[in-house]
Amino acid sequence: MVDSIVSAASVVAAAIAVGFAGLGPGIGQGNAAGQAVEGIARQPEAEGKIRGTLLLSLAFMESLTIYGLVVALSLLFANPFVGG
Amino acid sequence: MYTFLLSKIEVGAHLYVDLTENLHLHGETVFVSALVVTVVSLFLIAGTSNLQKVPGNLQNLVEVVYETVKSIALTQMGPSYYSQFLPFTATIFLFVLGSNWAGALIPWKLIELPEGELSAPTNDINTTACLALLTSLSYFFAGFKIKGIGYFKRYVKPALFLLPINIVEDFTKPLSLNFRLFGNVVADELTVAVICSLVPFIVPVPIMMLGLFASSIQALIFSTLAANYIGEVIE
Repeated sequence: MVDSIVSAASVVAAAIAVGFAGLGPGIGQGNAAGQAVEGIARQPEAEGKIRGTLLLSLAFMESLTIYGLVVALSLLFANPFVGG
Repeated sequence: MYTFLLSKIEVGAHLYVDLTENLHLHGETVFVSALVVTVVSLFLIAGTSNLQKVPGNLQNLVEVVYETVKSIALTQMGPSYYSQFLPFTATIFLFVLGSNWAGALIPWKLIELPEGELSAPTNDINTTACLALLTSLSYFFAGFKIKGIGYFKRYVKPALFLLPINIVEDFTKPLSLNFRLFGNVVADELTVAVICSLVPFIVPVPIMMLGLFASSIQALIFSTLAANYIGEVIE
């Protein structure tokens, strides 16, 4: 009984973790991409450099989402609170 | 409902190889990473063994790889020190890239294992943890080698009250490196697996392409960060 409540709570927690982990980086990535497009529009010859930096920083922001995903995955597949 | 799947969702299942009572190996991880190491080494040896003034196709490719890793090391560590740590950066880059692509490009599902499945070695958190710990060991080594005992001055910069944060950073750096690589690779494989279980035809291909792209970016990020951490302590 306790185990099933814990697993239900873990599933909900995993969903919340992924959802909120997607929220912040989504806003951040949108900001970064918008600024990059603005930069390219203002100075088209710098496109290569801007694209490289943008991809790198997008990947950094992506990693925040991934942390949330790792927490969610460990709750779903390797739950430390269920079983022994 | 059974459909033909090239990929199935399995997290944390491994083929255990018992060496002794207490010593186990993750068979599939060790096998695929040994394969990656062999293939990458053979590629580099074949590309550099017969150097020509006018490079052929293979030598061109190796030169592009060299230019890439050299630019990573050079931009992060500066012109005076980069050559000492270029081999480390290049090794990390090539191993991570090779492992990620080995998981995505080779149809491992055709080979049946009793438990677990063959996939990218970076799909196993032990591999990425090892890479991350190697990175932190190498920046300690770099600091001691170049700064000597003055390395510890780094911990009280820019002010003394930042000492605890600087110490905690030594632990969070490998942790975040580890989770970033592991999470990205697992996320790629899970996305492909989920889409494959919904529509096992053509639809997953663009996602797989995206995964290939993302995993090469991850290799770039991992080696850039490793070079950056080394550059930070020796500047």
